[in-house]
Amino acid sequence: MTERAFPSASGLAETRPKYVGKPVQRLEDPRLLTGAGRYAADIRLDRMVHAAFARSDQAHARIVSIDTDAARELPGVIGVFMAQDFPDLPAIIAPSRMRDYRATACAPLARDKVRYVGEPLAVVVATDRYIAEDALALIAVEWEPLDVAADPETALAGDAPLLHEELGTNLLFERVFETGEPDAAMRDAPLRVSGRFRMHRKSPLAMEPRCYVAEPDRARDALTLYGSTQVPGIIRDALTGLLGLPGSRIRVVAPDVGGGFGGKGSLYPEEIMVCVLARRLGRPVKWTSDRLEDLTSTSQGFDEIIDAELGFDTDGNLLALTGTVVGDVGAYSIYPWTAALEPVQVVSFLPGPYRIPHYRGAVRGVATPKPPTGPYRGVGRPAAVFVIERLIDMAAAKLGIDPADMRRANLVRAGEFPHRIGSGLVWDRSGFIECLDAACETVGYNELRTTQAEARAAGRWFGIGIASYAELTGIGSRISVAPGMPINTGTETASVRIDSTGAVTAVFAVASHGQSLETTLAQIVAEELGVRPQDVRIVHGDSAATSHGTGTYASRSAVLGGGAAILTARTLRDKVKRVASHLLEAGVEDIETGDGHVFVRGTDHGVSFAELAHAVYSDMKALPADKREILEAMETFDPVTGTTASATHIAAVEIDPGTLSVRIHRYVVAEDCGRLINPLVVDGQVHGGVAQGIGAALLEELRFDEAGQLLTASLADYTVPSAVEVPSMEVTHVETELPGNPGGFRGMGEGGAIGAPAAIANAISDALAPLGIEVSELPVTPERLFRLVQAVLGKGGRT
Amino acid sequence: MSRRVDIALTVNGEPVTESIEPRMLLSDFLRDRLALTGTHVGCEHGVCGACTVEIDGVSARACITFAVQADGSDIRTVEGLGTIAGMDRVQQAFRKHHALQCGYCTPGFLMTVRDLLRNHPLKTDDDIRDGLSGNICRCTGYEHIVRAVRELADERDGVRGDD
Repeated sequence: MTERAFPSASGLAETRPKYVGKPVQRLEDPRLLTGAGRYAADIRLDRMVHAAFARSDQAHARIVSIDTDAARELPGVIGVFMAQDFPDLPAIIAPSRMRDYRATACAPLARDKVRYVGEPLAVVVATDRYIAEDALALIAVEWEPLDVAADPETALAGDAPLLHEELGTNLLFERVFETGEPDAAMRDAPLRVSGRFRMHRKSPLAMEPRCYVAEPDRARDALTLYGSTQVPGIIRDALTGLLGLPGSRIRVVAPDVGGGFGGKGSLYPEEIMVCVLARRLGRPVKWTSDRLEDLTSTSQGFDEIIDAELGFDTDGNLLALTGTVVGDVGAYSIYPWTAALEPVQVVSFLPGPYRIPHYRGAVRGVATPKPPTGPYRGVGRPAAVFVIERLIDMAAAKLGIDPADMRRANLVRAGEFPHRIGSGLVWDRSGFIECLDAACETVGYNELRTTQAEARAAGRWFGIGIASYAELTGIGSRISVAPGMPINTGTETASVRIDSTGAVTAVFAVASHGQSLETTLAQIVAEELGVRPQDVRIVHGDSAATSHGTGTYASRSAVLGGGAAILTARTLRDKVKRVASHLLEAGVEDIETGDGHVFVRGTDHGVSFAELAHAVYSDMKALPADKREILEAMETFDPVTGTTASATHIAAVEIDPGTLSVRIHRYVVAEDCGRLINPLVVDGQVHGGVAQGIGAALLEELRFDEAGQLLTASLADYTVPSAVEVPSMEVTHVETELPGNPGGFRGMGEGGAIGAPAAIANAISDALAPLGIEVSELPVTPERLFRLVQAVLGKGGRT
Repeated sequence: MSRRVDIALTVNGEPVTESIEPRMLLSDFLRDRLALTGTHVGCEHGVCGACTVEIDGVSARACITFAVQADGSDIRTVEGLGTIAGMDRVQQAFRKHHALQCGYCTPGFLMTVRDLLRNHPLKTDDDIRDGLSGNICRCTGYEHIVRAVRELADERDGVRGDD
């Protein structure tokens, strides 16, 4: 036993470092900054071959024949495979417990017919990717084109061409939420505003295109899939069913992943095919998406038409809200989330953070010959918040009330939580009003209105937009992330161990793709266990490391992973203390840990974690056998219902009357994600979300023509914000306490993207209020703005 | 496509000679031939900037450059900057300001920022944003990248920053 001189031993308990809440520099950065990261596309394996997919250039057509003879003869081509080569491979079906839900069958390679441009038809495997793509050009497909109903409302008509004939309809699901008597309340409301709103389709567009490498282990009849996925656990579980192998023989690893935003959160045909091909060929198979494939085959976001009406009284009290949503979900219901995920969330969140006694939200999901929609940052809430926040501003304008005051009067207040909104969601305590007030204070709201009045008097188009919202994050086991989805996403199990050298490893089922989990989870474990963050190795994104887990999505990882980290580290700390109490001959209650040491409080008597581990594992004389507790712990955290996060965004914009470019002068976010784990990381997540929200508001749209062809299939046509389009942002934090939650953490990965489209839409509408223009369609591109302005000013106007 | 040409160039200070197809992209050459996978491919049509490298000291997009065009030139990739144990100033500033999240676009940004610091005054933050506009980042919203570049530009110009 070594006696160790601790600096200022008596002050140790007080000086024990706290890591949660500190701007700890990221532990993942050194490798990512030096080119030492390892993304799926960086993986090279012996005997590895390359796949390339032949894809449909038709939106809806019957496959008459596929001629692959010339492709097969090309030197370097190992094989060309079609659906008939895998007769036992099941289709992807995302089941749902929702009543009358119509699941679609998506064959990994199209059988008989295709349902969107970009759908995989055949796959070439060759010795290199260049040759595989040469071979694609030699594949000839004969089509029988079928009628196309690309517009979702047309697709609902009785005579519309059916995408999935066996369903007998293009309507995949229908759902209604109702509270109170919305029709009567609306009829009796003294004042009403309404509109038809359109949220166009967008791409998650992670910078890293999807990539999968499947490595067969012939000796064990096993398989490892390295994939750019957010959900390795979900993929592993799905592959066991599709490939007929037990989970112990399929390992799914998400190495460094270059962003996800929802686009890497589902099961994909290409992911299945590389696994199937690797097993068929007995060698590693790799596929990397190019950007065209990403824009046509990665799951897409939004795409709703929303008719909504808001009733209120002359004092500005909200009385009733109705919304009718048609969601264009694309050709297939995506696994595991189902086609209901995005559109149903629109009506779930439409009432927002407000007191509205009467509500009806009705939603229909329609199959159209376009790529499948799936989770995208914010899921449903960007569209819902856009609509309710526009209605609030329209109501405020009708009453002549300031939009901030209109919100302040109707936001759920501190004493009113928990508050059940009309869709049935329950908000727990969160700083709704506090965020509004903090945002107004930060932006200098009254002065900004004065600035606006001056600008307006000078004929400038200057506007201020507010968006307040709430979201449900860190969803627990009692609620399904997607309605009716039959998998559990509400628990997270962590294990933390101290090995025989005293090193700490913490294992999670979450998967980090930019969220900084290797740092934030290490901060939590370090603080609870009494070591330094850099001493904690975080293992994540590896299905073989845990018994069950899903991954990272839905603003869950800080809440669930963080909660599990705390519970597990505390259990392990208790073990450490019990062992130390024997070694140090002191009571457990007098043992402290900190900075990698275990010591008797108020003394310099202690041991290092390495010495403690040596005593437990190696020095068989140090402890009696029954006191050698294995230094490992495993605990599960379940937030049961979830946690409410909220924010207010305020944007100030000016529109150039000549070019109609929108310049964002100020952008302020005040958000409540509970206790901050790492303020740098939280700010970064907010900034990134806002930038994507600005893209959704002003730039990003997947435009399809009437034949279902994508017109924006490159980054020259599908424009995402650069540093020039994104303003400097000011972020402030309201840390409302969260009783009953071990860490007090609320989820915040999606929030920025939820508030920004609404704030920008309101700011532009405010700027153009002198012309009576309301923004009801996003993105409001320069072309759309031109049409709106032209309709008012006409050809004789100044534009 | 079996015709091959021989090229000789310097990559991160090391002489390299390889026989390649004329159509091979510089990005694929660096990644697949030389296993320098720090250079990332984001769009393969010259928009996103993830593949930015230095060719004879000038930032260039490796995904729209053929490897044969680099014959005789001096290439620097992210692997030729600082190391994990000894990051260079640009890398350090990116870490300090949390100017990267997923890290996929980061090597391209580092190369662009080096070029900006060498060749542009960067007097205002708008100048920095203009300079960065050929590189897309989907995670950070650029705010922290701009702050990192501001610190580097001020340091270059002998201006004292706020911190």
